[in-house]
Amino acid sequence: MAQTRNPGDRLPGDIVFETRDLRIGAIQHDGSEIRIVKGVDFKVRRGEVVALIGESGSGKTTISLSALGYTKPGLSFTGGEALLLGQDVTKMTTDELRPLRGISVAYLAQSAAATFNPSIRINEQVTEAPVLHGTKTQAEANAKALDLYRALELPDPDTIGERYPHQVSGGQLQRLMAAMALCGDPELLVLDEPTTALDVTTQIEVLKAFKQVIQEEGAAAIYVTHDLAVVAQIADRVIVLYNGEIKEAGPVHELITNPVHPYTRRLMAAIRPMPEAGQGEDSSDEHLRADPALAAKGIDAGYGVIGSNGKAAIPVLRDVDVAIERGKTVGIIGESGCGKSTLARVFAGLLPASDGEIHLDGERLSPDLAGRTREQLRKVQFVYQMADTALNPRQRIRDILGRPIDFYRTAEGMTRRQRVDQLLEMVELPLQFADRYPHELSGGQKQRVNLARALAANPEIVLCDEVTSALDTIVAANVIALLTRLQRETGVSFVFISHDLSTVSSFADEIVVLYAGMVAEQGPTDRVLSPPFHPYTRLLVSSVPEPRVGWLEEAAQTREAKAGASGSVQLTETGCPFFARCPVAIAGTCDVVDPPKLNDGAGHIIDCHRSLEELGG
Amino acid sequence: MSNETLTPGGAHPDMLGGMTDPEKTGHFVAPYDEGVSFDELPDSAPKERFRLSLTGWIGAIIVVFWLLVAVFGPFIAPWGENDLPFPDDYSEFQSPRAGAWLGTDVEDRDILSRIVFGAGRTIGIAFAATILAYVLGVVLGIGAAVSGPKVDMVMSRINDAFLSLPTIMLGLVVVAAVGSSIPVLICTAGLIYATVVFRLARALGMEIMVMDFVEAAKARGEGRWWIITREIWPNAAMPLITDFGLRLIYVILFISSLSFLGLGVQPPQADWGSMVRENLGALQYGESVFPVLAPALSIATLTVAINLVVDDVSAQAGGRLSKRL
Repeated sequence: MAQTRNPGDRLPGDIVFETRDLRIGAIQHDGSEIRIVKGVDFKVRRGEVVALIGESGSGKTTISLSALGYTKPGLSFTGGEALLLGQDVTKMTTDELRPLRGISVAYLAQSAAATFNPSIRINEQVTEAPVLHGTKTQAEANAKALDLYRALELPDPDTIGERYPHQVSGGQLQRLMAAMALCGDPELLVLDEPTTALDVTTQIEVLKAFKQVIQEEGAAAIYVTHDLAVVAQIADRVIVLYNGEIKEAGPVHELITNPVHPYTRRLMAAIRPMPEAGQGEDSSDEHLRADPALAAKGIDAGYGVIGSNGKAAIPVLRDVDVAIERGKTVGIIGESGCGKSTLARVFAGLLPASDGEIHLDGERLSPDLAGRTREQLRKVQFVYQMADTALNPRQRIRDILGRPIDFYRTAEGMTRRQRVDQLLEMVELPLQFADRYPHELSGGQKQRVNLARALAANPEIVLCDEVTSALDTIVAANVIALLTRLQRETGVSFVFISHDLSTVSSFADEIVVLYAGMVAEQGPTDRVLSPPFHPYTRLLVSSVPEPRVGWLEEAAQTREAKAGASGSVQLTETGCPFFARCPVAIAGTCDVVDPPKLNDGAGHIIDCHRSLEELGG
Repeated sequence: MSNETLTPGGAHPDMLGGMTDPEKTGHFVAPYDEGVSFDELPDSAPKERFRLSLTGWIGAIIVVFWLLVAVFGPFIAPWGENDLPFPDDYSEFQSPRAGAWLGTDVEDRDILSRIVFGAGRTIGIAFAATILAYVLGVVLGIGAAVSGPKVDMVMSRINDAFLSLPTIMLGLVVVAAVGSSIPVLICTAGLIYATVVFRLARALGMEIMVMDFVEAAKARGEGRWWIITREIWPNAAMPLITDFGLRLIYVILFISSLSFLGLGVQPPQADWGSMVRENLGALQYGESVFPVLAPALSIATLTVAINLVVDDVSAQAGGRLSKRL
């Protein structure tokens, strides 16, 4: 119908999937309905990638699953149609759906690790669907899988299928999952946040592989994400969802360059662009540097039993020096597994360092909790990533916030109740929340309570461990704004740990770049983010997706991206741990000798064997 | 409903067909009010109130019935525990008749009255033993969970040694050695089942110990007592209460088995297990099956009914717990 009405459609191809006034809801015991998807219309054509974007709770995953004729437990189709190749899957029985699933439509989940069975070889799992459905013989499926491994640029495509899932890296497993989905030549691919759990340097490769293979296979795809920058790289059309309704829809460049609906504009505004080189104030006040609130020197730490050589069985950090100035924010960034959370736990005393010293206000801190005084404990507070698990589900907010007030006696002339109210005001929550339980709050609100609990101690230093990573873009932006305001008002220092360079760079005064347990580079934010770069920082900076079309292709061409494509993140005994991935490594030096600290005189230190001049270009 | 608001004029919006923007871009924008804020959406759908299923209701009714019988039974029983309703009639195992609605047993006593008296004794002993098992098991189990690996190791291995003994055999040995009385029964069953509760409480404690909020309490400098009573216990209580019902069933069966073997409740006191034993002869010689069937059915209905309720509660509590944690 649409074709006849609109012959000038710029996107040719048959309609693979279409929803017409699709409604999905949860029917309660008393017959009332909680509406999750409130009448959604869209089409996906062959060769087209349609992105569904919105925050959690917007219904984007629920809508994408409707393409498989599936609803999450407790939900059901309450109206409208979802036409897959012209058939309404909302009215089909499981038996009728079975031949479609895995063949006509395939699903890619967020976590590849959870999708693969750890005890079955990869190839067997990749080829399972078409063989099971009888659309391909095992030999045909194997040939198809091999083609896909090559197209997805997996290492050793001939033999990778013989491995078990734990024998490949996370990014490779994510690509193998794409191979699994594509092996049955599906008409429609549903991708649910397939790169969200990956590090930026890995995300690039996976996105590139997905994009290429979708184009080659000519499949249609629904791409679910909350990340507009990722959408810009991979989607042809974007549908913005809020609360189960479409707020704006259109071609990707239209939406990114010219967002009209206020919600879309807010989404765009929440993406903080990487600061340009040289932007921001120079915060290298040497007199402050002389008297930091917290200074760590030569920290070694790890997990497991500490052996006779004084090292932990599984070393994580080696020789880390970090200083945190009063009233400033230090951002610690690095990929997962680089030891950034471990460093925060060492500061907090939760994991005693096996070597090195920590000084708080000039006093030497005991490495473990038991050796620290209550006053020292009060000054260093820890905020956890997951507010869900960090707040006791059986305590009311009043008790959660009240306990540190009583414990550290920080009410200072106020009653406990007044102090709790004051804290709720500080984190911009309504006062009546004091009598609620954590599960009655949304994710962002819980994170605010989590933060308020740390502030209740009147701390000098708050260690924020990935506090915005689990939040949606807009909510995370609000939390960052809150942190900035709190710092201005209370003069507290923040240690902000994140894998997301753009978030950190937007408000940290200083940045510490960790790689495999060692500091690669540190210094004032604007200096770290401008040349000269440590080779790893350069890779990180160039890997942060930008919300514009065509960025992916440009980034993939750079030397850094090619170098960063493989290699393990392992702490080495000697030398620079980045050696294996470094494009400018000097064999025989970098892997044997610890890198010297190159100081440009303004507090900017790069640990590298190359000279500052060489790193500048 | 929301559909009408999507396009001006109420037409069916066609994203790709470009009805909203017939030029060529296919750019669709939903109507909006300037200045409307977009609040953060709730994390999850509102939770449903706890409801019993049909089988849960059936179970609950039966459990309540037996509890009422256990508590008030002695006041309403037609006869005393050892009364003879028909002192002149010497035939044992009589069929149900007026005055003895379930017939009479091997000693010519009224079965209905003995079931009623037995209910109080069976349920009472089982309840007391289960409470004892819980007090011991929970205190030691959570204690082991928070006490560090060495203490935990010692306590757990001792517990494993006790767990490896067959319960009935252990019970028989203890009762045979000390002699049977109701306090001995309660202590024996309590100690034996404390081992199982210990395992559960320790596992739950361990699971909660590694949650961030417990670590946050430790980082704050809280002592062990605060962590046990304020952080761990409130979160372990719900699954433990669910398990309590299940454990009660096992203890009822255990007490009944001991009584059946002659080492539980001693005659002439009535108890469901011992009633089955006393009246076993009815299966061979008697004209009525009620002397055996009635106490056996009582045990079966009570345990199955508890199970039905526990199934419902644990499905709900389990779901909620996993969501909360």
